Amino acid sequence: MEYFTQQLINGLTLGAIYGMIAIGYTMVYGIIGMINFAHGEIFMIGAFISIIAFLLLGTLGITWVPLALLIVLLVAMVLTPVYCWALERVAYRPLRDSPRLAALITAIGMSIFLQNYVQLLQGARVKPLQPVITGGFEFMRTANFSVVLSYLQILIIVLTITLMAVFTLLIHRTTMGRAQRACEQDLGMAALVGVNVDRTISFTFVVGATLASFAGMVFLLNYGVIDFFIGFLAGIKAFTAAVLGGIGSLPGAMLGGILIGLIEAFWSAYFTVEYKDVAAYSILVLVLIFRPTGLLGKPDIEKV
Amino acid sequence: MIGEASAGPAPIDIQELFKEAGATALIIFALTFSLVGFKSEDVPGGLAIITRFDNVLVATFLAFVGRVGWVLLRQGHPIPVLVIAVPVTAILTTALLSKALFSAEITTVLERILPFGAPVINWLITILAAVFAIRAAVALQRAGSAITAEEREEMMDRAGARVQRAARVVGPLFLAFAIILPFLPMADRRVIDIAILVVTYIMLGWGLNIVVGLAGLLDLGYVAFYAVGAYSYALLAQYYDLGFWICLPFAGLMAASAGIILGFPVLRLRGDYLAIVTLGFGEMIRIILLNWYEFTNGPDGLSGIPRPTFFGLPFTRNPPEGVETFHSFFNLTYSSTDRIIFLYYVILVMALATNLFTLRIRKLPIGRAWEALREDEIACRSLGINPRNTKLTAFAIGAMFGGFGGAFFATRLGFISPESFTFIESAVILAIVVLGGMGSQIGVVFAAILLIGLPEVFRELHQYRMLAFGAAMVLIMVWRPQGLLAHREPTLRLPERPPKAARLAGARK
Repeated sequence: MEYFTQQLINGLTLGAIYGMIAIGYTMVYGIIGMINFAHGEIFMIGAFISIIAFLLLGTLGITWVPLALLIVLLVAMVLTPVYCWALERVAYRPLRDSPRLAALITAIGMSIFLQNYVQLLQGARVKPLQPVITGGFEFMRTANFSVVLSYLQILIIVLTITLMAVFTLLIHRTTMGRAQRACEQDLGMAALVGVNVDRTISFTFVVGATLASFAGMVFLLNYGVIDFFIGFLAGIKAFTAAVLGGIGSLPGAMLGGILIGLIEAFWSAYFTVEYKDVAAYSILVLVLIFRPTGLLGKPDIEKV
Repeated sequence: MIGEASAGPAPIDIQELFKEAGATALIIFALTFSLVGFKSEDVPGGLAIITRFDNVLVATFLAFVGRVGWVLLRQGHPIPVLVIAVPVTAILTTALLSKALFSAEITTVLERILPFGAPVINWLITILAAVFAIRAAVALQRAGSAITAEEREEMMDRAGARVQRAARVVGPLFLAFAIILPFLPMADRRVIDIAILVVTYIMLGWGLNIVVGLAGLLDLGYVAFYAVGAYSYALLAQYYDLGFWICLPFAGLMAASAGIILGFPVLRLRGDYLAIVTLGFGEMIRIILLNWYEFTNGPDGLSGIPRPTFFGLPFTRNPPEGVETFHSFFNLTYSSTDRIIFLYYVILVMALATNLFTLRIRKLPIGRAWEALREDEIACRSLGINPRNTKLTAFAIGAMFGGFGGAFFATRLGFISPESFTFIESAVILAIVVLGGMGSQIGVVFAAILLIGLPEVFRELHQYRMLAFGAAMVLIMVWRPQGLLAHREPTLRLPERPPKAARLAGARK
């Protein structure tokens, strides 16, 4: 039971990260119907910008943890979306009317490019970061095991919920959010009633990237090591989460993310750690075969 | 002056010029500031930060200048662009080549001009400047109007058609060159090794072309079948002590079976979902190979994979007692390159077989069904083509060639491990197919030479190889989504017939 609770906590933390990345996939898919394969790399860039910001603050002598965290969060969430914006502008916008596969190949190319860009600039070695937040609550103590809920995990979950609330308000209460939802329903119609479609699509990419950069920072804090390759696996798992939740559905993405996080945590705990990625891929395949609309998605009918 | 202004293009819109160029510079600054400006460097006891702001500033400046040039060209003012771009290209080229041309003192002075530390990036800047110069010159010659997108599209299409027509002549020439290559004076061991590598990728590209180019199924897990082929051969050789030639068909068969097993449940998925699922399968197979230690030896890989024999004659220097070898049978002196040359011919024949197979099967009903399916699935279904079985055959046949390639890979290196079968490998093969123009056989050859051969020849560019891969995939898709040499000839052309009315009139006479 103690072990189960511990894995539940770990799974939820992991799920929050996946969910945050999955929202970017699902929003982009909802609005222009393409799989933004490079979204995982945006997450990775977010993690790298965060580690650079942490190191810089360390050299500048700002070590008061809440302030440092706030600055790093702001820096990552402002600088990372620039990459995603430029990505959309350079690589995806010219291909908006092309076949889906052309856009997907471009996205794969961009993903390879960004991975190697970071590798060349920052080196291929694994980057470690000293733990920023340590300690936690211990409870359900037994003779040889006790459940630990670290301060970091609490912070991650609180921040995730806050960010989700802000994000929901952004989508449901602001003009830009309304335009975003309109474009998601029908791009052509939205353009006819005066929505600036190009700007709305850029906005979608930027919002997705902001959340992904948050996930990158959280990943860095949680695991303490990053390299240029983390975006690939995290991206695929987050995409699985988006598909599991129903692609195009925002609550679905978060739900899917948490489910994938839990499945991964429990699989690692009760089965084999080596095959945890196989578990994630299998879920992707099974969902796509048996329920392509996911848990909360709408069916997608192809019209001639 | 006034008369000239009214006849010539509109005056330069300074405000727009600076607005656009400023915005570009700002974005480039924001992009490069974080990841180029700071580098986390390993030092004892953690990480330290080193700064590279000079590069950030140079990049920002170049972006500004580049955008100014672009806007000027768009507004129809090629002369100032030409005046700046030509000397810049000339100076940069001289500086880059200074080592070869001048003495050491001049070289050190000249190299100070170069904007970046890395020669590759300097070359890139030079090429960009040259592109600006050429475009400005073209625009000047055409009285200020730049080439429009449609014109460019048409030009590229004509070039593609010309290459395809030329392929009938150039193809046999290429083939003849490929056949005599090992006996040319320049062919040392390294050249033949590169040639083997290139031909292997050509074969894999042709195999994947069946799936992606003909049937239109984007397969991101092709490397899985490559791995299945390689491991089938290695394990068969290890457990049953079989030779390459007996195992080759088995390797293909195993890969094709893997293709059917994996393809069966997923082939009804739509294009982009299919792509992601195949990627998942590719990774799954790699993870299983990595972790099934008892069977595949895990990350340590399998070694001691037997080499192919020439009709039973091995290529060894000191054979066991009573075994005839290649050199003793033909009364030659032993040479270690014999084996390499033999391997080269093996892969060449395998690649040509793949090509021949593809060319012939395109003419069969199944091949036509593939191409029809690529164009419109719903129309095919209404014509009575079973989409699932048709896709499955394409998938299985493509996988089979992947398996052959894998068996060859195993026998060439004599050692395989899951390391060799990562997603990047799939992406490289896919890039070859896509860059060459999906469905174009000669395009695959060009793309393989370009993407595999060039980086092998220019070793110092090796670390930029994948960067260039990614960039090339993006640029070519944006610039020309059909691929470089794509030009689709109709497979069937009805003979020209006179209009119906004329024929009727003729019949009545």
